[in-house]
Amino acid sequence: MPELTTTSAEKTATAAPDGQSLPDPKPEKARSLWGDAWRDLRGNWIFIVSSLLILLLLVIAFFPGLFSSASPDAKDLAAHYLKKPEYGHVFGADWLGYDAQGRSVYARAIYGTRASLMVGGGTTLAVTVLGGLMGMLAGYFGGWIDAVLSRITDMFFGIPFLLGAMVMLNSFTERSIPIVILALTFLGWTQTARVMRGSVITVKSQDYVQAAKALGASTSRILFRHVLPNAIAPVIVVATISLGVYIGAEATLSYLGLGLDGASWGNDISDGQNQIRVAAYIMLYPSIMLSITVLAFIMLGEAVRNALDPKQR
Amino acid sequence: MTIIDQTASVPGPSDGGADAPLLEVRDLHVEFHTRDGVVRAVNGVNYSVSAGETLAVLGESGSGKSVTAQAIMGILDMPPAKIPQGEILFRGQDMLRMAADERRKLRGAKIAMIFQDALSSLNPVLSVGYQLGEMFRVHQGLSKKEAKARSIELMDRVKIPAAAARVNDYPHQFSGGMRQRIMIAMALALEPDLIIADEPTTALDVTVQAQVMDLLAELQREYHMGLILITHDLGVVADVADKIAVMYAGRIVEQAPVHELYKRPAHPYTRGLLDSIPRLDQKGQELYAIQGLPPNLLRTPSGCAFNPRCPKAQDICRTDTPPLFEVTEPDGSALPGRRSACHFWKETIHG
Amino acid sequence: MAEIRKDEAVDATPNVTEVDVVDAATEDAAVVALDKRVDRGEPILQVRNLKKHFPLTQGVLFKRQIGAVKAVDGVSFDLYQGETLGIVGESGCGKSTVAKLLMNLERATAGEVFYKGQDITKLSGRALKAVRRNIQMVFQDPYTSLNPRMTVGDIIGETFDIHPESAPKGDRRRRVQDLLDVVGLNPEYINRYPHQFSGGQRQRIGIARGLALNPEVIICDEPVSALDVSVQAQVINLMEKLQDEFDLSYIFIAHDLSIVRHISDRVGVMYLGKIAEIGTDVQIYDHPTHPYTQALLSAVPVPDPDSRDHRERIILTGDVPSPANPPSGCSFRTRCWKAQDKCAQEAPLLAIPERFKGADGPAAHESACHFAEEKDVVHAA
Repeated sequence: MPELTTTSAEKTATAAPDGQSLPDPKPEKARSLWGDAWRDLRGNWIFIVSSLLILLLLVIAFFPGLFSSASPDAKDLAAHYLKKPEYGHVFGADWLGYDAQGRSVYARAIYGTRASLMVGGGTTLAVTVLGGLMGMLAGYFGGWIDAVLSRITDMFFGIPFLLGAMVMLNSFTERSIPIVILALTFLGWTQTARVMRGSVITVKSQDYVQAAKALGASTSRILFRHVLPNAIAPVIVVATISLGVYIGAEATLSYLGLGLDGASWGNDISDGQNQIRVAAYIMLYPSIMLSITVLAFIMLGEAVRNALDPKQR
Repeated sequence: MTIIDQTASVPGPSDGGADAPLLEVRDLHVEFHTRDGVVRAVNGVNYSVSAGETLAVLGESGSGKSVTAQAIMGILDMPPAKIPQGEILFRGQDMLRMAADERRKLRGAKIAMIFQDALSSLNPVLSVGYQLGEMFRVHQGLSKKEAKARSIELMDRVKIPAAAARVNDYPHQFSGGMRQRIMIAMALALEPDLIIADEPTTALDVTVQAQVMDLLAELQREYHMGLILITHDLGVVADVADKIAVMYAGRIVEQAPVHELYKRPAHPYTRGLLDSIPRLDQKGQELYAIQGLPPNLLRTPSGCAFNPRCPKAQDICRTDTPPLFEVTEPDGSALPGRRSACHFWKETIHG
Repeated sequence: MAEIRKDEAVDATPNVTEVDVVDAATEDAAVVALDKRVDRGEPILQVRNLKKHFPLTQGVLFKRQIGAVKAVDGVSFDLYQGETLGIVGESGCGKSTVAKLLMNLERATAGEVFYKGQDITKLSGRALKAVRRNIQMVFQDPYTSLNPRMTVGDIIGETFDIHPESAPKGDRRRRVQDLLDVVGLNPEYINRYPHQFSGGQRQRIGIARGLALNPEVIICDEPVSALDVSVQAQVINLMEKLQDEFDLSYIFIAHDLSIVRHISDRVGVMYLGKIAEIGTDVQIYDHPTHPYTQALLSAVPVPDPDSRDHRERIILTGDVPSPANPPSGCSFRTRCWKAQDKCAQEAPLLAIPERFKGADGPAAHESACHFAEEKDVVHAA
């Protein structure tokens, strides 16, 4: 695998330990580093499989009606109480059976996707923006700004993630998706901030940043043209991998009864455990959906990391 | 405090060459398989070194000089590297055909290597005394105490001041020059027959460079070791080598005894290199510069790899790869040890 | 006398006129040094007693200074129009910090740098930006000095974005292509990324960026030390050609003494943050009077195997002391074979040594040694 993923001239040099067997510029067009990463990704089956899965999950999340005609909240206790799955009825409301409230397990697994993806995506976005900004300021300016921001980061880092989220969410009576995102972001941004800070510190000492300063470039130009594009790669990797983690966290919170109101895999797993002896399928299918989703994002993160930093392998 | 030494850094003359060479590399090829294609880093290299002899392998980055050394040491990462053909004979035995553990026994005990970057070659969390002692504990089964005593002895040997007091220090507590001495001590620990030094002084300052090269030359003389010195620095080579192999694009383009090479280079690349270095004792006008770029090993030029940069290139240079010709005087009398991979070696050496 | 020279150096103001300099120097009877100054007119850059001390601190939130690394500790020199001043020294001697101070990438702890009479160490904002147009830099490592995510066109063109007055907008692409042509690169490479070039080509890109604003002074910090031998000569030749073409002044910082001799008109040798000896290339290389210069020169390996048997070499013992804790008196005394008690007590000043003052020879140049004596180590074979 490693030799298959090396593309750019620099990577060739890594392969040949003698040093720079740098090719002279070829009679081909410009190749940016982002372009090289993209070329790497396109040839990587892990990336292809995981992004196809994620694409499918996104379609499910936004158009659940396409996959299930039944509503996740429709209950008919009398008719459907713990009714066993009819595996012949593929995609039907009774395909994966009914839960103790007479709701379609299949419909709930489909409709739970949106909540999970929105919490995962929203939290990742918020965490990246907040953590990235804090890390960039701390790393670039250093001195007392760094001292203050880093201590704040440490303080938040010290709060146990799930415990903190539980305490926070417990104080809300109504737990909508934005509230859950807020709670997870509040506790989750520290890792991104630390990664960003380290990355910025490495980049800011590079000669091209010095060169921009020597030309008289403004601070904002240096930050956004030189530092950010070169420091962002590890943050992207952390973001893709942690997206899966946030989805898992949402499920955990829901399982503990502190998560979302409404359809969510965590809620369903929580409900299902009461019937685990008589009807294990109620818990099984949301769990499978959850595992596939988390796995898909972690695989994507892995592939992105290899593409952005081939030296790590 | 300071030694003004009239005869510094001269290793003893080589042993005539009557006895069989210590190490012989025959037709060695090394390639790296990358996504962009096969990088042919070494393309049929032959050289040999005898006990007490210093062979300098001279080349620029990408010439294959370090890859050859790594192949000899058996420390190439395979894959991506591959050795499709060639032999590396140590005292007549082909190391490439040896069993892995047999080869491991040679490494360190019979053949040792010194790297350019001493700091990254030493383990930062272990004291230097421990790392030196490890050689004796592992290879000779000495006790901890004996090993430590031997370590101090070795550190004295490479002239580290206050060795007994510093034996428990960690690598970062030493200066660059001292760390390189520790590397030399480590290579020397088991009194190997052959030392391969890969750019041993490139990372050091000029004044420290001189100290370390002197030490290396002195130890080599004393232990009668073979030394392969890999470098890009024509100055360092001139000071210590007995014979030189000049590499370009994975091939040896010229071989010669050291005095001969500087006086009468027989390959345009060597000539270009010699002409392009500025001199301390004279201020010339414009420097001679070899045109063009070092070759891309993914697309080595056909024929002679140097032809796109060569002022003497003719059609034949673009089509036929020159073999390593024997170089002779104009009257045909032999010049022992001299070879040149140039179709026009006669014109190059004899004007 | 030495005392007076020092004062003059410290107090030098932008108003020092040619006449003042000549008067002071005549009293010195520094004929050789004087000739240079008269020939060259007003210096374009005057560095006076420049210092940079990096504080050593302890504590995380509340930092407490426990000492200082004296990276640059009182450096003075002049740079004239169209000349190359070489600065040589070993790692840690402060030569790269000097470059950063001249570029205002680091703030000087003390001292002044006058560019055409204006002290640029105190400038900031718009005024500093204006000066930057005239003083540019070429960096050591062509692999890290170009932003890997920008095309060559953007890297060079950025100078025009930062200084919009220097080139009209529609003209910029053509200007970048002209610059590529000037440094010997194909102008069609404008859309390529740095990793598509070899080390030597990248350094040419770095030089093109340095030239973009038509500066008068270019500070070159080890511009060829990361390059292959065969490519070094190309870049050196290019720099010399550009100097003639654009009447540039170079400060050429390097550890390779042979290259510095080749390109420089005058050379300063640095040791532990101070200039040990400064003079023309003939004075420094053929008539060095400072023991450190002599040791440095004699340690350079000579690419001539015939000289190795009889070349006299001075091999220094030990390493460069830490600039956080330099020796008292002369900082070189711990490795010097001439050191005496005086060297530990009294720091020698950079001045023409007393014994050479009357002489008209090339040994009469500034050297910071109590026991300066001439010794030709380069031709000593």
